[in-house]
Amino acid sequence: MRPFAYESPSDAAAAVALASVPASAHVTAPVQFKGGGTTLIDLMKLDVMGPTTLVDITGLKDEAMRRIERSGDDLRIGSLVSMATLHEDQSIVRDYPILTESLWQGASQQLRNMARLGGNVLQRTRCSYFRDVSFAQCNKRDPGSGCSALDGVNRAHAVLGTSGHCIALYAGDWAPALIALDARVEVLGRSGPRSLAFADLHRLPGTTPHIETSLVPGELITAFIVPGGPRRRSLYRKIRDRVSYQFANASAAVALELDGDLVRDVRIGLGGVATVPWRARKAEQVLRGKRLTESSATAAADAEFESAQPRKDNRYKVALGKATVVRALLEAQAMEVV
Amino acid sequence: MTVAVQEGSKSPGAGKRPLDHRAEPQWRDASLAVNGVFHTVHVDTRMTLLDALREKLKLTGSKKGCDQGQCGACTVHVDGERHLSCLTLAVAVQGRNITTIEGLAQGDNLHPMQRAFIDHDAFQCGYCTSGQIMSAVACIGEGHAGTDGDIREYMSGNLCRCAAYPNIVAAVKQAKAEMEKS
Repeated sequence: MRPFAYESPSDAAAAVALASVPASAHVTAPVQFKGGGTTLIDLMKLDVMGPTTLVDITGLKDEAMRRIERSGDDLRIGSLVSMATLHEDQSIVRDYPILTESLWQGASQQLRNMARLGGNVLQRTRCSYFRDVSFAQCNKRDPGSGCSALDGVNRAHAVLGTSGHCIALYAGDWAPALIALDARVEVLGRSGPRSLAFADLHRLPGTTPHIETSLVPGELITAFIVPGGPRRRSLYRKIRDRVSYQFANASAAVALELDGDLVRDVRIGLGGVATVPWRARKAEQVLRGKRLTESSATAAADAEFESAQPRKDNRYKVALGKATVVRALLEAQAMEVV
Repeated sequence: MTVAVQEGSKSPGAGKRPLDHRAEPQWRDASLAVNGVFHTVHVDTRMTLLDALREKLKLTGSKKGCDQGQCGACTVHVDGERHLSCLTLAVAVQGRNITTIEGLAQGDNLHPMQRAFIDHDAFQCGYCTSGQIMSAVACIGEGHAGTDGDIREYMSGNLCRCAAYPNIVAAVKQAKAEMEKS
């Protein structure tokens, strides 16, 4: 690991001031925020990331960043809440199964205790070529160097949202739930707070896969706002190679509002198959206002994966992704909701 | 742990960035509360809690397995929660109560979980064991050891190369009964 200075400011404004330095992208900025550190310290050991200063945000006095609050239909979750804390909150378990199931199916309890939700959504890809610096080609790590994954071992890689420059998977579980629920993100920057749609946080790789988010260096996520709650008829289904502590091969976060068999509203977020947290709007469009059956669910899944671009080893993700969507929809329909 | 065989143009050091000679190691005095005792250690900011425990405090019970947050061998308690000490910076846990495997027994009296691991032969090589035990104690404290399925799920962050898993589950159940009695 490369040497770095360690700062532990007392509040968010001071943290932002320390981190507001010029950089081409927030992930390559020389000053990085450290929450739980579960992605960052790992990538620093691997020499994939090499910040010269870490700003530890776990001791910030801003209590709102540690709170889970309800206000009307809105749920506000502070960015310093740990994965474990949200997944253990019994009122969230009852009212937002989509949020808690996606958390407990991610990581191990040790990591959930450490990792904060702000960092969780910013976790970086597990693409082996990105993580192993002995591969010269990685457009995410070294812009313009090429991509070893395109024709390499790419069983774990994305089939949706890919480009000719990068097919790295967004591997997180919680973000698909947030994008399905139209969450918003509150951010503090040098010029004050702003808010953006969660759907606008992550950027498709396109020709600049090293620019992963729309955050400006120095901007700090302070909270997530989930509107339109509660979402009791919702769930997260994750398919993986082993039953626990493994990244998704495909996953679906679903929230349904039914009127008998008719779909009044449906929201679908996908994980394990795309380069960014993926909102399955095409699938939603097929279902809205229709009867939910295995056949309509299959038609919806087919529509979403029409644009899939599989490579040599990940063709299975198209069929698996569709089956996961169908299963998640039918299981959400079958939920007994009070 | 599976290691994927990777194709692609791999050559030693090809993608490595040059060392930045402007960056000098940064040293700090860190105050660590470990097993109820305060220590001040002089550490490089890069030093993990795991390395500080093992190299500075000579508490070698916490083990370095993968050093990447994947295996759980380095599990310790920070303010009662199980954390991975290999992904924790020593400078970042000053003032927190850290408990390691060395802090579980009361004198010569083993913790019920340590006793249960012996009773059930819940290890073979023993390398993952201190992490398993620290994780298991926390697992019961969290209320995540209600069923065999829960134990397997909530212990999944602790890998055992010898696959002593069935015996680990049995040990956790025995210790849970004893811990709830006392």
